[in-house]
Amino acid sequence: MGEDAESPKINHTFLRDYVTEADVISTVEFNQTGDLLATGDKGGRVVIFQRETEPKGVSEEEVGDSGEYNVYSTFQSHEPDFDYLKSLEIEEKINKIRWLPQQNAAHFLLSTNDKTVKLWKVSERDKRPEGYNLKDEEGRIKDVSTITSLRVPVLKPTDLMVEVRPRRVFANGHTYHINSISVNSDGETYLSADDLRINMWHLDITDRSFNIVDIKPANMEDLTEVITAAEFHPHHCHLFVYSSSKGTLRLCDMRASALCDRHTKLFEEPEDPGSRSFFSEIISSVSDVKFSHSGRYLLTRDYLTAKVWDLNMDKGPVETYQVHEYLRSKLCSLYENDCIFDKFECVWNSSDSVIMTGAYNSFFRMFDRETGRGVTLEAWRENSKPRAVLRTRRVYTGGKRRRGDVGVDSLDFTKKILHMAWHPEENIIAIAATNNLYIFQDRVNPDAQMQ
Amino acid sequence: MEVDRGAMDCAVDAQSLISMSLMKIHSSRTQRGGIKLHKNLLVSYVLRNARQLYIREKYAEIYRMQQYEEVMAVCSGIQELEPLEPLEPLEPQGAEDAEPEQPGRAAGCGDESRAAGGREPPEPPYYRSCCMEDQFSQNCNKTTVLDLDTHVVTTVENGFLHQDCCCAAAAAPQCAPGAAARKRKVDSAGCSPDAEEPSDYTAGRKRLKREECSGADASNISNLISIFGSGFSGLLSRQADLEQVCSKQALASLGAWTRAIVAF
Repeated sequence: MGEDAESPKINHTFLRDYVTEADVISTVEFNQTGDLLATGDKGGRVVIFQRETEPKGVSEEEVGDSGEYNVYSTFQSHEPDFDYLKSLEIEEKINKIRWLPQQNAAHFLLSTNDKTVKLWKVSERDKRPEGYNLKDEEGRIKDVSTITSLRVPVLKPTDLMVEVRPRRVFANGHTYHINSISVNSDGETYLSADDLRINMWHLDITDRSFNIVDIKPANMEDLTEVITAAEFHPHHCHLFVYSSSKGTLRLCDMRASALCDRHTKLFEEPEDPGSRSFFSEIISSVSDVKFSHSGRYLLTRDYLTAKVWDLNMDKGPVETYQVHEYLRSKLCSLYENDCIFDKFECVWNSSDSVIMTGAYNSFFRMFDRETGRGVTLEAWRENSKPRAVLRTRRVYTGGKRRRGDVGVDSLDFTKKILHMAWHPEENIIAIAATNNLYIFQDRVNPDAQMQ
Repeated sequence: MEVDRGAMDCAVDAQSLISMSLMKIHSSRTQRGGIKLHKNLLVSYVLRNARQLYIREKYAEIYRMQQYEEVMAVCSGIQELEPLEPLEPLEPQGAEDAEPEQPGRAAGCGDESRAAGGREPPEPPYYRSCCMEDQFSQNCNKTTVLDLDTHVVTTVENGFLHQDCCCAAAAAPQCAPGAAARKRKVDSAGCSPDAEEPSDYTAGRKRLKREECSGADASNISNLISIFGSGFSGLLSRQADLEQVCSKQALASLGAWTRAIVAF
């Protein structure tokens, strides 16, 4: 389960290495206002955190826990499943969660595993009706002969209850493993992408979906690339982008044709022949793609770098950030222990001035786009006390060694930061480190605009 | 493809990468959640890259030894890459081999022990060891395989492999009946043209499981290798220069990997 690391913990050092596989967090997502934060894990559970609201007229120092996130609701989204026809086990791991824009008092989110997307309604109930005519207070049916008068039931306040109900199940749309879902800005449709196909669904219709991209070759022997991520444009409901394992991005316009196999724009960086290696194909595979909030830029992550692309320029990225270049000489070992296949996510801050992505050893990196400088931070319980200032870290790659530098060979590759989210308006970030959730808030510059 | 080997760490040679990659593909069959297409595609790229380098190095090594007569026996199969002196007629090994003798029959890659040793008597035809070099056995008239359980490279007395590999010369889809039969067997699991790929491997997997329960481990492993090997046969054709291995044909053959992977 996700835990807010800001509460003190007993030192369970001897248990530290034991992590239940099911508790490993597999996705993190803020809703559009940032008041709710959802996490999904490998066990198919979703945990929703809610930000405590600050009472009006009270200064921040006086209120104790305000602005912090506490558990709001927990539910089992997906169960392990079995495809009897293909003799395939379907993992219950939650691959992605996406919130719908809020339209009424209830909140809606989409969660998906490898095969099935589900729409959940999260609603609060803080009143209940009392004074039924035919039932008594415990719910037992009354003897009709004892009823002498009629009354109208009244709503009385009760303890807050959060109800989560499945409203739609979008099943049987995908043969391959779903890697992305994205809600359209039109508020009515969303897309789901697997390795070879992208489908578009209407949120109200579960028995039909439109296939909008299909890159499955007629002969599977000709397969050379797969789809790795897809996202709708934040403002234009007809545009979406998808990334491939070859490191290319394709922008598609649904107005052009029903089947968007032919891209409107292809974003590709020419390969540097000097850096070719056995693993060139693996490290060029894009693991995540995100539109900027402005809709003007794209952020992609491959194994060693994060790149910013301008939608108006398809010849190559406009910015490239080295996340952990020191791993380039270690690719063989990383291939051996499968770390080279890790899929890191990347996020924008609310003003699109900073990008963030994860690395190993519980490190994550932030890059300031204006200065081009990067900083390494650590999400690790022992170093994080509530209200402590995050220290910057450094990986020693040569030159003068400073105290606190970590050598490349001392990096713990089991502690990987793959999933993260940035609050849509403020400088609050949520970092998933295996089975722990870290939430960091910038108290100095809480609003992005002040930077 | 020029590989920047200077950028490699640890004991990176093509062979260890090949065996590592095959292990990954093999273990992906039993992973929970089904075979991950993306990961296996990437592994197949590494496999292709390693194999290209391996073939290059083998070719260079054999070319160096060309001055010695015993190279004839060793390199009979490499003929198809670059014609050397004419071959002695060779006897077919297995009963399944229905094809006429071809000077360009696939080679068992020569092993170091043979190269180092003296002249060997004429051997029955060499069958391409699709991926591995035989380091441990003297009998290179058999195919060499990697035992995925013990990681030991051994020879296998099995006629299937040579059939898969001999098709390379024809630069056509697998022609050998054995390989075709093997491949078709895997394909027929979900035989309708529009059948989704994963449905192919249900029956294929069951069939392979049955095979694994019966018969020696070696033959089962060679079955596995033979299916993979058929995917590589297109990488080397009579005309293809080593520098052109990245041609469409190579990619098409690479795809056979994917189908084989999916077939499991």
